[in-house]
Amino acid sequence: MSAEPQPQSPWQMATITRIEKRTPRVTSFWFQPSRPFTHLAGQHVDVRLTAPDGYQARRSYSIASAPEAGAGIELAIERLDDGEVSPFFHDVAEIGDEIELRGPLGGHFIWEASDGGPILLVGGGSGVVPLMAMVRHRALQKSAAPIALVFSARVWDEVIFRDELIGLDDRRDGFDLALTLTREQARRASDYSRRVDARMMMQAMERLPKAPRLAFVCGSNAFVSAAAEALIEAGVPAGFIRTERYGV
Amino acid sequence: MVTRGFFSGRRPPSDTDERIPPGQYLEQGFPVLSAGPTPRVRTEDWSFTLKHGPRPIKKWSWAEFNALPQNKMTRDIHCVTAWTKFNTPWQGVLIDDILADAGIEPPSGFTLAHSFDGYSTNVPTKDLVTGKAMVALLYEGKPITLDHGGPARLLVPHLYFWKSAKWVNGLQFTERDEPGFWELRGYHMYGDPWREQRYSSDP
Repeated sequence: MSAEPQPQSPWQMATITRIEKRTPRVTSFWFQPSRPFTHLAGQHVDVRLTAPDGYQARRSYSIASAPEAGAGIELAIERLDDGEVSPFFHDVAEIGDEIELRGPLGGHFIWEASDGGPILLVGGGSGVVPLMAMVRHRALQKSAAPIALVFSARVWDEVIFRDELIGLDDRRDGFDLALTLTREQARRASDYSRRVDARMMMQAMERLPKAPRLAFVCGSNAFVSAAAEALIEAGVPAGFIRTERYGV
Repeated sequence: MVTRGFFSGRRPPSDTDERIPPGQYLEQGFPVLSAGPTPRVRTEDWSFTLKHGPRPIKKWSWAEFNALPQNKMTRDIHCVTAWTKFNTPWQGVLIDDILADAGIEPPSGFTLAHSFDGYSTNVPTKDLVTGKAMVALLYEGKPITLDHGGPARLLVPHLYFWKSAKWVNGLQFTERDEPGFWELRGYHMYGDPWREQRYSSDP
């Protein structure tokens, strides 16, 4: 039997160590937790802000960095104009600030290299963030697990992690990227310019050596509903599809 | 600890303060959350089964279930992802009336709610009876939409909303408190929003 887990406050302070603008609406923040932890690709953390009068706001953010990346964890935060926490990060937060953080959290929307593949990832907008952790984890582990990522964004300049994803795609080592732009023309031969649909899912699967053992879908509620329907229509069993949704 | 530069926030109006559990914000919309795709549950195929351990006690078809006494319940609901929604109006069958129709007294111990998509969640049986919970069939007077758990979902409004299982198709009484889907994946066994029982390490 293992020893009783040590009681510890679930919240801890984390210091912002780096800030990098990713797209016009998305900025990455790196946090160094005071009690370092190891996460799994796809997990999230909760972040809590406290006002001088004691009022608190908390939100969940997916971790974009791979577990083995070191140098803290990366959260890619999209600015929501009517938001409460994301405008704070975009307008106020600076390197050196201390933020309360809890995690890692989540035990369903996760992939480890040891789980193997093939895996089909489908992301819409900032829904790519937990999928990026999986893609980076695969690369850093030098995993041979085949992974296809279909990533939908409105325009080319809103493709978060674009250069890094295209660089990984160009290695041709079993990671396959298809971008689909809903408001612009495709720029690469393998890309699309329409919303995700069953035909796109079938073509993504054809790029895998065999049918995926799992599919991960993340994005807004409307995106996830449409993408999950498309996957089912393309023949992926419902029980193989894991989803993570946000927004109303 | 105060966060440098965080002042404003989406404070709820002071007259509603007492209705918002700690760490929650007020949501006007109705976000959709689920671990997988939305199952297409047709009322022709729908059934609801009451079990004690592995032993089935009674099974209802959609028509039989809709013939049970119906009650209305308007409640504030609280999602573990930190939104709270006020005054959600539901109509359905109280768990008390399901047990009465099956001709049984509520057993002591715990209940696992099961769903068409394989989801499950655990609730102490005493939290389901004496008017506390229902199997909801209508929301705002209309059939519950598929993405909100239609045709029928469990409604346990005093616990975090992951306990209010969508696409519910049965209740199973258990002697021990057996974790369900999210409880096996790091979420709290009970889930009281007023005590912020979000994750398994919360007291």
